[in-house]
Amino acid sequence: MSTHTSGTPAGPTTEDPTARAMTAGALPRRLGWWYVAEHTWRAMRAYAWTIVMEGIGQPLVYLLGIGLGLAAFIDVSVADGANGPVTYLEFVAPALLASSAIGITMGEFTYVVMSGFKWRRLYWGMNASPVQPQQIVGGIVFAVVVRMLLTTIAYYVLIVAFGAVVDPWTGALMPLVGTLGGLAFGLPLLAYAASITEDKGQFAMVQRFVFTPLFLFSGTFYPLDTMPVWLQWIGWLSPLWHATEIGRSLSYGSPPGAWPVGVHLAILLVMAVTGWVLARRMFVKRLRG
Amino acid sequence: MTPVIAARGLTKTFGDLTAVDGIDFEVPAGESFGLLGPNGAGKSTTMRMIGAVSSRSAGDLRVLGLDPDAHGPEIRSQLGVVPQEDNLDPELKVRENLIVYGRYFGIPRATCASRADELLTFAQLEDKARNKVDDLSGGMKRRLTIARALINEPRILMLDEPTTGLDPQARHVLWDRLFRLKERGTTLVLTTHYMDEAEQLCDRLVVVDHGRIMAEGSPSALIRQYASREVAELRFGSDRNAEAAARLEGMAERIEVLPDRVLLYTDDGEALLERVTDLGLHPTTSLVRRSSLEDVFLRLTGRSLIE
Ligand SMILES: Nc1ncnc2c1ncn2[C@@H]1O[C@H](COP(=O)(O)OP(=O)(O)OP(=O)(O)O)[C@@H](O)[C@H]1O
Ligand SMILES: [Mg+2]
Repeated sequence: MSTHTSGTPAGPTTEDPTARAMTAGALPRRLGWWYVAEHTWRAMRAYAWTIVMEGIGQPLVYLLGIGLGLAAFIDVSVADGANGPVTYLEFVAPALLASSAIGITMGEFTYVVMSGFKWRRLYWGMNASPVQPQQIVGGIVFAVVVRMLLTTIAYYVLIVAFGAVVDPWTGALMPLVGTLGGLAFGLPLLAYAASITEDKGQFAMVQRFVFTPLFLFSGTFYPLDTMPVWLQWIGWLSPLWHATEIGRSLSYGSPPGAWPVGVHLAILLVMAVTGWVLARRMFVKRLRG
Repeated sequence: MTPVIAARGLTKTFGDLTAVDGIDFEVPAGESFGLLGPNGAGKSTTMRMIGAVSSRSAGDLRVLGLDPDAHGPEIRSQLGVVPQEDNLDPELKVRENLIVYGRYFGIPRATCASRADELLTFAQLEDKARNKVDDLSGGMKRRLTIARALINEPRILMLDEPTTGLDPQARHVLWDRLFRLKERGTTLVLTTHYMDEAEQLCDRLVVVDHGRIMAEGSPSALIRQYASREVAELRFGSDRNAEAAARLEGMAERIEVLPDRVLLYTDDGEALLERVTDLGLHPTTSLVRRSSLEDVFLRLTGRSLIE
């Protein structure tokens, strides 16, 4: 191709076109999702600053505010872990970490997705390439998982630095649990976002009536069972509560509540897998109509 | 040689609506093939089926000898697609758009980069390589989309209304680029509702309306078959056109009465105009021109191509 000085691209070769297609299709069939992830990360550069601020700035603000203020005020142990009494900061830290992963999905699995279908229409461009719709959604999710892992790892380093983790060794699994919580919340949201053809402010509603209540009613700032039973169901349905409870178990060395860790984990997995299946279906339906 | 695209009874339905209604056509390698038709004719739907992104409801389709239902990725690896609506990534720079897109075909990054530079030259966008896509004019965006579609050195370039919405000068620049590709032997499949575009670019075309093929042939053959050599366009004022047309009965091979003018199909327009004047009819304006695909379309469907 480089031999053409005119700048006109090379014409087709004489090779058998069917054979050429079969060869050229093999690599994208395997790695299509990776190319989508590459593109997604490149797009994230446009708001890299927001990502860093959310990853480091926001935890710092919470930890300083809660650590220096609220935790100093609540100067008694709030729970009993296997390793002894638990301070308020140690109680809140796993919840903050998990909510950071869930918060990421409020952007990546909402407006970004709607834009990919509707405003910037990126997905339609990908769709015309060898990449399959399932790979498009796979690549997007993979890219976001990496972002959630990096963010929660940074969060973890910070909470350890603030002395907010009872056992930093088992607690080191918290980023994985937080990310799973992010997926349990985010993948159903992704499926919903992919189904939206008209922007009627649905995501602002999700923010107001799903995300914010979850944050407040998921045993984030006080144990869930302090609330009346008729409000506790919000926590039971909340990926944030389940991820937080697992995170607390990892930090304290024993489950903080009556529910075994395995149950929390199973609920998160079911939510994530259901969301994943639905999201794949929506992408295929939308892009292959 | 087997055709690169072969459709038989190709059909697409959306619920009750039949968007593509059993069409047959073949495109041999190296041909420039056009789908000409008005809004809603089913052009884009047909393109999407060929592009292996929309499955057919009935009929048979082979692209490069492969069934799109089973071999979508393989087929798409050999296509360049210029969609009706641009979907460049506005957040990325012009050159980045090409590189990112090349990756979707599994092309190594270094190859993408060198091809991107060549394609920017081809699309006359070298100066814009580091600009954001949003800074480009409509015509430049269209050229970038074409450059992007060429990043995988496609066998078949599919263009859905490549020049709709562009000014005449931008259209000519684009046609020139497409000509070069055609000369190189790239198979072009394009849709348009501009007959001049079809005449310029297509070796052969089908006229589609309501999802059906109304006629097929080269632009000149279609004109020969469905229209006379020349057309006299007469305007008598909108309320008098019909009345005048009645008096002109039998003077031309065929007469079409449109709301704003009367079209008289004949081999010698000037001679006809003289006979009209001899009759004592005085059109407010008159014009003799060569027949075009517009006339073919009018003849076939009784409607204008562009409303
Ligand atoms: N995804 C879809 N769902 C339902 N109907 C559709 C869909 N896509 C196309 N149609 C309908 O199918 C018909 C053909 O549409 P198509 O886009 O193929 O026409 P077109 O010839 O490309 O028109 P235009 O010149 O306006 O681009 C139209 O009536 C359109 O509304
Ligand atoms: Mg169309």
